[in-house]
Amino acid sequence: MTRILKHRLFWPLIALAVLLAINAITQPRFMKITVRDGELYGALIDILRNSAPLMLVALGMTIVIATRGIDLSVGAIMAVSGAVGLTIIDSSGSPENLGTVAVAVVVAVLVALVLGVWNGFLVSVLKIQPIIATLVLMLAGRGVALLITGGFITTVNSGPFEFIASGYILGLPFAFLLAMAAVAAVGIFERRTALGVLTEAVGINPEASRLAGVRSRSIIWSAYVLSGTLAGVAGIIYASNIKAADANAAGLFIELNAILAVVLGGTSLMGGKFSIAGTVIGVFIIQTLESTILFLGVPSAQSPVFFAAVVVIVVLVQSPRVHRAGRHFTQAIRNRGSSPVPADSEVAA
Amino acid sequence: MTTMEIAPPERAAKNPGLQTFLGRHASLMPTFAALAILILLFVGAQIYFGNFISARNISALLLDNAYLLILAVGMTFVIVTGGIDLSVGSVMAFTGILLAKMLGTGIPAVVAVPTILVGGAVIGLLIGVLVQYFNVQPFIASLAGLFLARGLAYVVSLSSIKVEDTSLLWLQSTRLKVGDWYITPTGIIALLVVVVGALVMQFTRFGRTIYAIGGSESSAHLMGLNVARTKVMVYVISGVCAGLAGLVLTAYTGAGYPRNGIGTELDAIAAVVIGGTLLTGGRGYVLGSMIGVFVYGSITTVISFMGAEQSWTRIIVGSLLLLFIVVQRAIVARSERRR
Repeated sequence: MTRILKHRLFWPLIALAVLLAINAITQPRFMKITVRDGELYGALIDILRNSAPLMLVALGMTIVIATRGIDLSVGAIMAVSGAVGLTIIDSSGSPENLGTVAVAVVVAVLVALVLGVWNGFLVSVLKIQPIIATLVLMLAGRGVALLITGGFITTVNSGPFEFIASGYILGLPFAFLLAMAAVAAVGIFERRTALGVLTEAVGINPEASRLAGVRSRSIIWSAYVLSGTLAGVAGIIYASNIKAADANAAGLFIELNAILAVVLGGTSLMGGKFSIAGTVIGVFIIQTLESTILFLGVPSAQSPVFFAAVVVIVVLVQSPRVHRAGRHFTQAIRNRGSSPVPADSEVAA
Repeated sequence: MTTMEIAPPERAAKNPGLQTFLGRHASLMPTFAALAILILLFVGAQIYFGNFISARNISALLLDNAYLLILAVGMTFVIVTGGIDLSVGSVMAFTGILLAKMLGTGIPAVVAVPTILVGGAVIGLLIGVLVQYFNVQPFIASLAGLFLARGLAYVVSLSSIKVEDTSLLWLQSTRLKVGDWYITPTGIIALLVVVVGALVMQFTRFGRTIYAIGGSESSAHLMGLNVARTKVMVYVISGVCAGLAGLVLTAYTGAGYPRNGIGTELDAIAAVVIGGTLLTGGRGYVLGSMIGVFVYGSITTVISFMGAEQSWTRIIVGSLLLLFIVVQRAIVARSERRR
């Protein structure tokens, strides 16, 4: 029992279960999944589908945070990648052509990769603080995206491109499968090779890991490249979902949601140990919370208040001071039940 | 750590006085660099456009950036302790819309204005307590503040509220003129905040404690300085500044709008960094942040003079930010080597 309680995914899972239970009780329709033409529909499926961009971004963010970094530029990279992709499709003249779409997507993701290389260069080679290094691109990136789209919202009608966000394969949304494939690939690469351990070593103590012969520079660099690339894919999914490249709105606040998802999943912002499964749960918590808030009839604009409450609760639960108070409290209760020894002496002993 | 290969700044060998000055005031260098860029911007724009340096234009610079100036002063306090406050843009929006709402329901300004300042202070206090007493990283604690204030802004109103209150509009419409130069009460408020901020940072025990904490928190603690109270206070100050910025912005635009100030926290941070404050804490000047805000503001003005797209502003500010960070990095690397 205590082993289950101590497991670091225990509380995130409880939070997700509570959220789902609230929805299931207050709205019976919520849990219903219908099959139409071999494709699954329902509120839960919508959550899976809508979570794809955040999932990809949070996945990259997990690895970056594990190296004791942070990537604020993911939202801006999403905007750039969406702008590049749609501008290529828009100017090609044959938006329905599968080849055109493939070229556009590949180029967009490559641009995102280059932006990731740039972030990684600033952090790992120039040794600039990650918050600031990525702030540069966060500020400039949206400006670049606006220049690419010429300040307009580029819209396209392209069947193959829309498939990315709204298509289905094997009854499940394609975007969700894409995100899951990325999670699986990164998970296998980090956990079935030494890379994950090395990443954690760099995050726990960069200097010691360097002295131990870990090539911290390339590990940190690659984390930002991964984060940038995944943000690029997320930008494509976002653009495909709204069938437009909106340089101002694409990926707005996603860096904050992604960081929140990572922290909810039990990865510490101080770097070191990370949990990809935790991040996946964290993303589902955020997405479920968002649809719960919507369902409760709260205007979506007001939902940040709930997020603030969640952030505060989560950081308080993780805080050592609250842990200490909690231990005192449980001790006191136990003591009252069994013996008259004051709680303090018990703790001191 | 590998030291970076950056060419050392040219030694003024002929001028030993200047050299000693630079050696002693290495932390002032980035601020001087910002001042140099500001002057270059003005001179360049004057040569290019011919009518850039005019009394009207420079007066407008203060008027247009008054709210950013106030935010940057509060942000300087926080960053010098080594923290960061992401909430200021949202707090500004929240206090601004709250003010417009209260004035709209007939509450007099003498009640409404102190209320919003207290509102900003309370959100700052929440962030400060999370940071100091619960060991939450400033980034995450102020992120919670950002979400809270943004959500509350929408709770107050989902759409913009026009301000009819004459005393508030007076802050904006009054122009105290000297020839072609003018200053509005909002501009005076902003300059007062800068002066008070600079004096507090330089000459009070509290201000020196802020620098000590940024230099080394544990040393400051061992010296017997009141670290806990000071760290909470800087977030409260930043919150009050954000509240004041909400007042100024509402007066400036003549309306409260819950979508105001999205991303303004980044502009404020960028201005502070360009003004020479080190993000690792311990070094920085309120007056430097003022220069940073003016650099930011004049880039905006130059771009609108050129008729180019405003998206260039963000690109240029981003590149400037990068330049200054690299310069700062070089300065820190140099002082580490000297040690």
